[in-house]
Amino acid sequence: MALLKTEKLKHVYSIGTPFERAAINDVDFEVKQGEYLGVIGATGSGKSTFIQHLNGLMKPTSGHVFYDGRDIHESKSFTREIRFKVGLVFQYPEYQLFESTVFDDIAFGPKNMQLSESEISERVLEAAGFAGLSDKLLKKSPFELSGGEKRRAAIAGVIAMRPEVLILDEPTAGLDPKGRDEIIRNVKEYKVAHNATIIMVTHDMEEIARSVDRIVLFEQGKIALEGTPAQVFSKHELLNNLGLTAPKVALVADRLRAQGIHLPNDIYTITQMRKALSQFANGHKAGHELSVADLTPQPDAAKSMRGSDYA
Amino acid sequence: MLKDITLGQFFPGTTIVHRLDPRVKLVLTFVYITALFLAKGVLGYVLMALVLLTCSLLSKIGIKAILRGLKPIIIIILFTVVLNIFFIRGQTILFEYRFIVITREGLFTAAFMASRLLMLIIGTFLLTYTTSPIALTDGFEQMLSPLKKFRLPIHELAMMMSIALRFIPTLIEETDKIISAQKSRGADFESGGLIKRAKAILPLIIPLFISAFRRADELATAMESRCYNGGEGRTRMKVLHAEARDYIALACSAVVVTTVILLRGLAFGQI
Repeated sequence: MALLKTEKLKHVYSIGTPFERAAINDVDFEVKQGEYLGVIGATGSGKSTFIQHLNGLMKPTSGHVFYDGRDIHESKSFTREIRFKVGLVFQYPEYQLFESTVFDDIAFGPKNMQLSESEISERVLEAAGFAGLSDKLLKKSPFELSGGEKRRAAIAGVIAMRPEVLILDEPTAGLDPKGRDEIIRNVKEYKVAHNATIIMVTHDMEEIARSVDRIVLFEQGKIALEGTPAQVFSKHELLNNLGLTAPKVALVADRLRAQGIHLPNDIYTITQMRKALSQFANGHKAGHELSVADLTPQPDAAKSMRGSDYA
Repeated sequence: MLKDITLGQFFPGTTIVHRLDPRVKLVLTFVYITALFLAKGVLGYVLMALVLLTCSLLSKIGIKAILRGLKPIIIIILFTVVLNIFFIRGQTILFEYRFIVITREGLFTAAFMASRLLMLIIGTFLLTYTTSPIALTDGFEQMLSPLKKFRLPIHELAMMMSIALRFIPTLIEETDKIISAQKSRGADFESGGLIKRAKAILPLIIPLFISAFRRADELATAMESRCYNGGEGRTRMKVLHAEARDYIALACSAVVVTTVILLRGLAFGQI
């Protein structure tokens, strides 16, 4: 059964003014426990509005959100409970830090859950561990940290509530590559440790290709496309029309195919590409190391490759 | 949501009211307010209501938007009405019970005060609904520019005003975002007593202040790197010109004020 589910979800902004517009419209969506889901879509496609419905921050104009089969707006107390079960990390979450120490800031969520002191500090330390924050940093003021550290402290603040679903809105925006990798690794560690569901909104196609089980693509407030990375990234034209691009590796694979080098269809990460290319090389010149010459298109390459033994 | 607050929000449009020179609109609003306080008796109020109705219709601002803007001040109006009904003692007593006395005069005054307040607020809303903040400060600056001779920093004041106005929506948006973020961590801004609520606001106020300072700092740098150095020798992209419609509007307002004053003198329509 789906852990989190929406039914005909619709949200209209500024009803009754000249600015009235539906941010999301008729969205049917579900996610299972332990799934790693990527949400993509151009700016203004309704992704951010959508995820704010999942933890009950926004109330739909019409439609429903179900958690474990229960409508999250069933009662006020249940909506509040949902805030802790569905953790939402906003874009640029470092701007929400306010406490005098990083420790206190991470403890804000657990404190609101009315846990005991010992439970709170246990959770803070665990969350700080996932976020890779040292004990020394925990005693500092959040405003003394570097950009990447602030971001991780803010994410730890949500992780400390031990949500079953962790939603992140562009968690890596504006970070350097190292900071980006660290955050993704932290999130994955948390997912494994708690069998949590992850929903990640991002523009980073490379990242999505590497990590997620399923992709949901938003377009003008609706889900335009849904499927595994292989399914979604094979629709280049649609992606292009929506102002998105498939991972560069998928584009390279396409060019190679156009040049007559026969490659399998689902290539969108470096690892897959490396595997496919070495298979290609082996099939082409058995026993030889892969070299640039092998990849130089030959007039009869396409013909000679047909019917080779890889699938 | 905070975003839905309309107080002072601009509705873009191309009607004649939108296109009037902002200076003229400022003057007209001032004249309108004066006329409203000069108006006396039923006829005077009817005339002002007609003026307001005409302007609203011309501006094509929907009744919904106008009513929504009134929401925050309903309490003030109700308060005025209640005070006037109970505390004005006139000759004709309509209702009496122990210390509660309601008189005809009280009712009339309450009705007049309420309609005056309503018209006052709707009228000024009309100005901000139809004039962009930038146009408004431009008008303000040019009207007051003669005071520059007395070394008053009019340009700087106008710039401060337009920056402040410009950042209201940004800060509201920012507040909304921080509220959402803290709510996601289980913050509760809606329940509890006064002290609990005041404490609950800290996680909102601190990030908001920090971001306001950060924005101010960034804006200052951006302005300096484009060589902003105050009003001296500064030319403007949009130079304001008064046109025929502006003079016509001013003439109309003069007629209205004269009529209001004349109506004051008439015994007819007095309470």
